[in-house]
Amino acid sequence: MERRASWFNVTSVTLGLAFLYLPIVLVVIFSFNASRLVTVWGGFSTKWYASLLENDALLDAAWVTLRVALISATVATVLGTLAAIALVRYGSFRGRTLFSGMIYAPLVMPDVITGLSLLLLFVAVGIDRGFWTIVLAHVTLAMCYVTVVVQSRLITFDRSVEEAALDLGCPPFKTFFVVTLPLIAPAVVAGWMLAFTLSLDDLVIASFTTGPGATTLPMKIYSQVRLGVTPEINAICTILIGLVTVGVIGASIFTKRREVERQRAERLAAANP
Amino acid sequence: MTAAADTAPPAARQRSHPLAWLVVAIPYAWLAFFFLVPFFIVLKISFSTSAIAQPPYTPIIDIFGGLGSIFSALREFTTDNYVFLTEDSLYWRSYLQSLEIAAISTFLTLLVGYPMAYGMARASRAWRPMLVMLVILPFWTSFLIRVYAWIGILKKEGLLNQFLLWIGVIHEPLTILNTNLAVYIGIVYSYLPFMVLPLYAALEKMDDTLLEAAQDLGCPPIQAFWKVTFPLSLPGVVAGCFLVFIPVTGEFVIPDLLGGTDTVMIGKTLWNEFFSNRDWPLASAVAVVLLLLLVVPIVVFQNQERKQQERES
Repeated sequence: MERRASWFNVTSVTLGLAFLYLPIVLVVIFSFNASRLVTVWGGFSTKWYASLLENDALLDAAWVTLRVALISATVATVLGTLAAIALVRYGSFRGRTLFSGMIYAPLVMPDVITGLSLLLLFVAVGIDRGFWTIVLAHVTLAMCYVTVVVQSRLITFDRSVEEAALDLGCPPFKTFFVVTLPLIAPAVVAGWMLAFTLSLDDLVIASFTTGPGATTLPMKIYSQVRLGVTPEINAICTILIGLVTVGVIGASIFTKRREVERQRAERLAAANP
Repeated sequence: MTAAADTAPPAARQRSHPLAWLVVAIPYAWLAFFFLVPFFIVLKISFSTSAIAQPPYTPIIDIFGGLGSIFSALREFTTDNYVFLTEDSLYWRSYLQSLEIAAISTFLTLLVGYPMAYGMARASRAWRPMLVMLVILPFWTSFLIRVYAWIGILKKEGLLNQFLLWIGVIHEPLTILNTNLAVYIGIVYSYLPFMVLPLYAALEKMDDTLLEAAQDLGCPPIQAFWKVTFPLSLPGVVAGCFLVFIPVTGEFVIPDLLGGTDTVMIGKTLWNEFFSNRDWPLASAVAVVLLLLLVVPIVVFQNQERKQQERES
């Protein structure tokens, strides 16, 4: 039976996607609104973007957020990839059940609990709260997401290439960096991006774990949203949406190209034995 | 290299490298310290008393002060915070309303997500990756932004009311923002991808010949759906429902921005207890009880995930 699109299927997918995209599109459109009243159209204008550039507190917050996200995503990717290898390759080591529990639990744990418990940890061990405590908190949350992403790639991974390298005398560490890592790279990149956006996005955990002097962009946006909807917020949101869209599309082109290259290399290898 | 190592399978040889244990040990230690230990600290502080000090609770256990000081601190522990939770109706109302809102919105998300996932799985092979991408893309944009977007749509002079007035369905604007209805809309919207993706995964790998067989044997399409398609998609339904229900129970941003004063969800109550009242021990007790409520669904969810992983590998 050929799977074909019935009117019901087309309608439900179209309506579903419209529901997902309409609010985001409206935020973008109204960021170009000349009127201060956010929901009444007063003509096209980019003045809210100009006023953003003069808002030092906001730019500071954006810079803090960006650094937190870069550092925490990178550390989380290293730790998460190690954890994925441990889960897929190390069979049943001692304490495995607890380990996989600690990987899956943070994925569904309400943010308020994670945030509160990390804050109390930082207070108990006496670390000064601020930039670095947010980084530590984000690494902990994001590494679990990285693990899940990398793990699903490792499960479907063809071990024979790796075994060939090892059999030919390639040392284990070199095998990992020369053979395994390039093959799981798309998943590692996807994991890094997920970790990066999670960090960029987080309000609750950052609010709990921050200290004086470190305000992230979501915290800033949140405190402004509570005072009311303003075109400036729409403008920040539009910039963030733009960055993420460019990033995601860029990454998918990157993985697509790698895939094509890999297939070409395989065809070449098959043609010239 | 010794002869024994030479004959061992290559993978085992890789694992027997002198530093190979670090692959497990590093992430293990990290999670134990930053995820497991904090829970015990929360538990401990939930038995403490609030104090005007830095940190704002007593007793403070001095682990270097010897057994004597630990025991004297233990004697100061109290269950007052938990007693208070049962006495003040705000707390049990928050818990009940959180569970209720989470259950209803999970069901609503399933109602919206199922036809969508079904339609995606029935789309032609060329379209499917594109559709999955389109469902994931909004998930990459900030959660806060997506919730914020709904304020502009749902408020009294917002876009939805303007639209409804314009087409003449209503004659005066509806109050939607700051009600539970707005919270439901916000949750369904924000968590829809979490429901659609597992459902799609289950529906996509379904064997079409089963439906064909049902049809050949004279089963009407709607009955075939309930007898064949739906039971086969159950793993996706279960996974999707857990992925929505568990985090929504502790949700803070959506009830805070879209809900009204009578929307008391436990995430918001905990937040207020911590940031407004600065009562850390009570906030910890609220967190412990919330965790106890969620522990059963979380464990069931984990077992489900583990079994899924084992089936695939």
